[in-house]
Amino acid sequence: MGGIQTILKKELADHFSSYRFVILFALIAMISLITVYMVGLHIHRDLLGVAKPRYVFLMLFTASGGLFSLVQFVAFFGPLIGLILGFDSINSERNAGTLSKLLSQPIYRDAIINGKFLAGLVVIAVMMVSIVLVMSGLGLSLLGIVPGFEEIGRIAIYLIVSIVYIALWLGAAILFSIVFRSVATSALAGLALWIFFSFFISLGASVAADALTSAAPDGNPDALMVRMRVEKAVALTSPMRLYTDATATIIDPMRKTTHDVIPMGMLEQMSLARFAGPLPLGQSLLIVLPYVISLLALTVVCFGISYAVFMRQEIRSL
Amino acid sequence: MTGKAIIQAEGLTKTYGNQVAVDHLWLDVMEGEIFGFLGPNGAGKTTTLLMLLGLTEPSEGRARVLECNPTREPIRVKRQIGYLQENMGFYEDLNARQMLAFVAELNGLDAHEAASRTEQALLEVGLQGEADKRIEAFSRGMRQRLGFAEILIKNPKIAFLDEPTLGLDPEATNRIIELIQRLCREKNMTVLLSSHLLHQVQKICHRVGIMIKGRLVACGPMAQLASEKFGVGETEYTLEEIYMKYFTEA
Repeated sequence: MGGIQTILKKELADHFSSYRFVILFALIAMISLITVYMVGLHIHRDLLGVAKPRYVFLMLFTASGGLFSLVQFVAFFGPLIGLILGFDSINSERNAGTLSKLLSQPIYRDAIINGKFLAGLVVIAVMMVSIVLVMSGLGLSLLGIVPGFEEIGRIAIYLIVSIVYIALWLGAAILFSIVFRSVATSALAGLALWIFFSFFISLGASVAADALTSAAPDGNPDALMVRMRVEKAVALTSPMRLYTDATATIIDPMRKTTHDVIPMGMLEQMSLARFAGPLPLGQSLLIVLPYVISLLALTVVCFGISYAVFMRQEIRSL
Repeated sequence: MTGKAIIQAEGLTKTYGNQVAVDHLWLDVMEGEIFGFLGPNGAGKTTTLLMLLGLTEPSEGRARVLECNPTREPIRVKRQIGYLQENMGFYEDLNARQMLAFVAELNGLDAHEAASRTEQALLEVGLQGEADKRIEAFSRGMRQRLGFAEILIKNPKIAFLDEPTLGLDPEATNRIIELIQRLCREKNMTVLLSSHLLHQVQKICHRVGIMIKGRLVACGPMAQLASEKFGVGETEYTLEEIYMKYFTEA
């Protein structure tokens, strides 16, 4: 299908030559440089007294140094990248009158939306890969440690999950750009969704849990467990939480579960200490697989909806 | 002009909710003719063109363009039709040559063919001097000519021109009119144009159809319409007078 290729080529050219992209890239490059610098400064202190440190290289991405780690940064600001790349993809063409021109050419209608989504995906991939490469390169010279195969594998998986995650937001942004005619409205809708999922869901989860479960005044463990489960279920509706959980044990092999484990007493702490070794990659993957699949499914659903809406839209209103 | 109908509308109807945009349109357009679609704004001319192009699905009836059903085989139909929109949009940050190259690529032309057709089209519409200027600097007349160049690149059998001369100064209008006539004469292109600038339509159209409120109230050569309305032998009337007569009656 020549149509997709042509649209993809043009969209990529547009992205890479736009100021929007330059600004976005400068911002992200700056932040990754600062992060790696901060981590580099703190990593020596963090490793002080550790007899045989393992997976030091991965700490480049997970250690929060002074403020935040790259993983946290992507979870929080990654959506913005997706939104910025997609919020005006269809409606700006519609407003300029170029959409019906495209449609009157002998290409299938889905070539347009597929091409645009693919172009966004390529830009996201280029961005993420280059950030990770820059950080790795700097980290290499800063730490003097060469990553092993497993670490590289983990970083690669992390990259793929991150790209899917940002693509989810790209899909949402494209959907808004189809539904809303005004560019400003679709940008606002995207931002609102982002704020909702990043702030309100985590607040709302505990509120919902309080409302749905009876209080456990005597600290009844069963009631507490139910409450925890409800809270987690609500929180997992947020793709942000899904992503954080999905990448948690991948990039940090010391974590063995996506749950937050709080060792309560001395004995528990001692028993946990027996399993202090890192998880093998396969086991890490096994733990996060449901999250990764949900994330992928969400992305596909989001793009699917945009696709369906776009295919049915009346041309006269274009 | 040959006697073969290249575009056929068979009871074509389009409704938006309660509103009827096009009401059971029956129309044949012959190969190689210039057919003028006349009518006030909102009469359903553009909707008809969109249905014939396969961009809008008819609520009722069907269209046949080049022996194809545009709703079923939109790609085949679109490959053979050049469409000049009423308010045409361009990618403002491209220059004319890039824009044409993009259209050529969308039509599946290889690079070599695209390049030669681009130069040819630029020459024919007289934009060869402006080919490297960004489109945002183009005047309305130049944009319209660039739109024609996009059609020439496709080298289609049929051209749909929606208000091709709207908002142009007289000189630019004449250029466009000449271009349309040349297309028809030299490339044997069938042209379906919609307009409410009657004076020019009269000059170039072989047949006209008058559309009011979604209905085709009259269709035929100028002389025939005149004699229908003003009596036998009366061919002196201008299109404007015929049109007004129909319009006041409707």
